Order: sequence, then structure tokens, then C-alpha cells
Amino acid sequence: MSPALGGVLAIWGLAWWLNARAVRAGGWVGRIIPPVFFGATLLGLWEISVRTFDVSPVLLPAPSAIAVRLVESWDIIWIDLVQTFFRGALTGYLIGCGAAILTGVIVDRIPFLRRGLLPVGNFVSALPIIGMAPIMVMWFGFDWHSKAAMVVLMVYFPMLVNTVQGLAAADSLQQNLMRTYAASYRQTLFKLRLPAAAPSLFNGLKICTTLALIGAIVAEFFGSPTRGMGFRISTEVGRLALDMVWAEITVAALVGSAFYGAVAFAERLATFWHPSQRA
Amino acid sequence: MKSALPILTVVTAIVAFWYVGAIWLNAAWAYDQAGREGIDLTFRSLISETWSQDRPKLPAPHQVVSELWSSTVETRVTSRRSLLYHAWITLSATLLGFGMGAAFGILLAIGIVHDRTMNASVMPWIIASQMIPILAIAPMIIVVLNSVGVTGLMPKALISMYLSFFPVAVGMVKGFRSPDAILLDQMHTWSATRPQTFRKLRWPASLPYLFTSLKVAVAASLVGAIIGELPTGAVAGLGARMLSGSYYGQTVQIWSALMMAAILAACLVAAIGFAERQTHRLLGQHAP
Repeated sequence: MSPALGGVLAIWGLAWWLNARAVRAGGWVGRIIPPVFFGATLLGLWEISVRTFDVSPVLLPAPSAIAVRLVESWDIIWIDLVQTFFRGALTGYLIGCGAAILTGVIVDRIPFLRRGLLPVGNFVSALPIIGMAPIMVMWFGFDWHSKAAMVVLMVYFPMLVNTVQGLAAADSLQQNLMRTYAASYRQTLFKLRLPAAAPSLFNGLKICTTLALIGAIVAEFFGSPTRGMGFRISTEVGRLALDMVWAEITVAALVGSAFYGAVAFAERLATFWHPSQRA
Repeated sequence: MKSALPILTVVTAIVAFWYVGAIWLNAAWAYDQAGREGIDLTFRSLISETWSQDRPKLPAPHQVVSELWSSTVETRVTSRRSLLYHAWITLSATLLGFGMGAAFGILLAIGIVHDRTMNASVMPWIIASQMIPILAIAPMIIVVLNSVGVTGLMPKALISMYLSFFPVAVGMVKGFRSPDAILLDQMHTWSATRPQTFRKLRWPASLPYLFTSLKVAVAASLVGAIIGELPTGAVAGLGARMLSGSYYGQTVQIWSALMMAAILAACLVAAIGFAERQTHRLLGQHAP
């Protein structure tokens, strides 16, 4: 074993031992420190390995190089982000999830449709929908409209299945209670069934955040204007400028996490009464 | 089968929508052609025209099915024009990646359940790892791995593995923890060792979780293999068929590749469902 490799492994072992100590400390130290420390160790070892083993930047740039590129090219990355996330992913996400929730409520009124649509929706959710990307580009052109359409397709069925399942969450005792209050369908829907469906709805909304970003980026591989994260990733790979690619990936991961976090935060506000939120 | 009729109705409705959509989307081209030849299109001829174009915007279902038929049954399997050949390329990468991902996911779950340090430091990062849109950077990973000398099946399988380990790891952590405290205490009173507790209590208890997460994982794995084929320059595989179809405007080819992918996905999920029922029968339980 070379001394450099031994050194890397020694740092890893030391960090792991420190982490084990932190876990045993318990309390917030035991919860917050270990994952942060683990991530920092990974990044640090990545940086050290790239430098000591002279890994070519064409293969794997060091984290510091990626950070520098991220700051220097921020204006380009921002334009890409607006194109891909705000125009493509977010528009598609809102349209797709909105349409799915509406369909779910309608389907729920007709038990026959529900029995048929639920298995079909589950099946379609397992299909490689992402393969529709070239067709969407063909139909809706190169700009963000085709990306939004792709996102709509990706999020529609998972969201629909979650909506229909959620609307079944209110049990018959509660529904009967609403009947005894002489509540109309609309009142029952808004005061009982939609709130009861909220955990399931938010579950779907959270799954769809990741799907939306992936759909928007992948659709750009099949044709896009000269901006957008997918476009940038595929062209910079061609130019072997991997630091730029990794900078885009970092931003995509951060934006994806923030998007997920925002939905999770909305969930906390909306379903504070649910057991899973009170733990 | 109480739900057979509703499902059939929904599927029929989708096919009907598809035919109507084909008329609607292909009508512009049909009118254009007819106008050039100076013919007036009647409603009937419009329909037959829109359902039989060479490069329609949306091919009608029967066009896709006949393309599927001619490229699977009527073509030799070894031929590069055979869709079965391309499906096999994708399937082999899927299965290899799925196998590696499932094994890795289970190992991770075992580590997380048994080691507190691992639980505290790795678990959050497993969840964070899925925030990286791996599908979006799959082409880059393929290119980089190719330049290191890893070629052929392996790069695609690695992407499949990355996508499929996550549901397995998360599901199995849940599954290994599903036995009640009272059962774990019982094992303790029998002074069972940790491996014994794992083999006789945790592992059997986790089986329902295992099959559920395997179904999710195999579907994700197929998607990973298809996307992994995009940057290889459209050589072979279902993803390559879609890409070359989109280059040359061969919509029927794209749709038949999509259909083939859907059939593959259905078969894979069904195979795991079958394995699940067999396992339950062996263990003398009723399938859920």
C-alpha cells in the first residue's frame, strides 16, 4: 500500500472514530454532528485524494475547483437555472400536480372509474415515462414548453395515485358523522376529506419535486435553446469542462433539495395535526 | 376479478383517446398533402390518412403494434433491426444494475440497523444522494467511465445500481426494524446472538418490505439503463432506438421502443410479484 493511500485511510478511520464518539454523546450533538461531519470528511478526502493522486481534472475535478467555477460562472448558471427550473420544471410541476389533484377529486366521485384508474395509474407510474422526452420535444418545440410538458407527464400519474389514495383516507365513521350534520358533498370534501388526504397529497407532492427537476433536465438532451442546465451539462461534457458540469450538478442538487424542503415545510404547516409530524 | 371490467374500460378509453389524438395531431399534415395534390379530403379519407402516415406526429396504436410485430417476430433475433436484440441489451444492463443495487441496498440496511454510528452519519446522506438528479448526469458518467476504460455493460449497470439501491436501502431499514420490541426482547431472553436474531427474526420480518422495494427498484433500474444508453451514440439498446428515432423523425420507431420498454417493465414487476407469492407459499403464509 502506498503511503498516500494509507494516509487517506488513516484519516477516514480517525474521522469514523470521532463520529462514533459524537453519536454516543446523544442529544442534538448526536443528531446534527455525525451527518455533517461525515459529509465534510467525504469532501475533504475527495479533495486530498484528487491532489495526492494527481487525478486528471477531466475525470474528477476537486471540490475546490468546482466551488471556484460555481462562483465565477454564476451568471451563466443563473440563466440556466431560470430556464430549466423556473420555466420548465416549476411550470410543469404546478400544471401536472394541479391537473392530477383535480382528476383525482373527479375520479373519486365515480367508484367505477376509481377501481379502473388506480391499477392503471400504478402501472403507468412504474413505466419509463422519461422515454417520452423526444416526443415532447417534437410536439412542443425546443423551448421550455416541451420541458414543462415532459414534467407534466412525469408527475401526473404518481400524483393522481396519491390523491385517490388520500381521498380514501377519511374513514366511514367520520363520513357518516358528516352525513348526520347534513353536510353537502362540497362541505364534506373541503372540511373532512381533503384535510384527511393531506398527508398522502404531500407525499405525492414531495415525490414529484425530484421527478420534475429530472424531467426538465433530461428533456433538454433532446433539443433545447442555447441555455438550460441539461443543455449546459451535455455541451460542457463534450468540451471536457467537468468543473462546470459539477457546478451545474451542485446547483441542481441544492435547488432540488430546497424545492423538496419547501414542500416539506408547507406540509408541516398544513398537517401539524398528523402523528408523523408530532414525533 | 371485480376490477377487471373497470380496468378494461379505462384501457379502452385510453386507446380511444389515442386514436382521436392521432387524427387531431396528424390532420394538419394530411390536409397539407391533400391540398398539394388538389384533392378534397372527406371525413373518412381524413381518418384513414391520419392513421397510416409514414412519419406521423402521433402514430396510431395499430401502427405501433404492427411495427412491434414486424421488428420482433418477423425479424431474426440476432439482427440489429430486431427490437428483441435491443431489448435484451437494455435488459441485461438492467438486471446487472438491479442485482448490484439490491445487494448494496440490503448490505447498507444491515449496517445501518446494527451500527449506531452508521445510522446517524450515513442515513441522512443516503436520502440526500437522491437529490442529485442522477438521470440528468447519466450521460456524463457514461462518458467519463468510458474514458477511464470501463465500457460495455458496466457503466449503464452502475447508473441502474445508483437508482435502485435507494428504495431497497430505505425499505429494508424499515423492514429490519419492523419486529416489535417485545419480539426482540424475546430473542434476548433466549440469549440469541445478533446474527441469530437477524436470521430468525429480522430477515423474515422484512420480507414484505423487501418485495415492495424491489418492485420500485427494478422499475427505476430499467429507467436508468435506458437513459444510460442515450450518450453511447445510438449504438444499441432501447434508449438508443429512441434517440436514433428522434434524430431521423421515425416516430413509429420511438413509440415501438417505448412500448417495448413498457412491456419489459411490466414483465419485471410481474416477475418479482411471482417471486413474492412463491416465497410466501414456501413460508406457509398467505400472500398479502
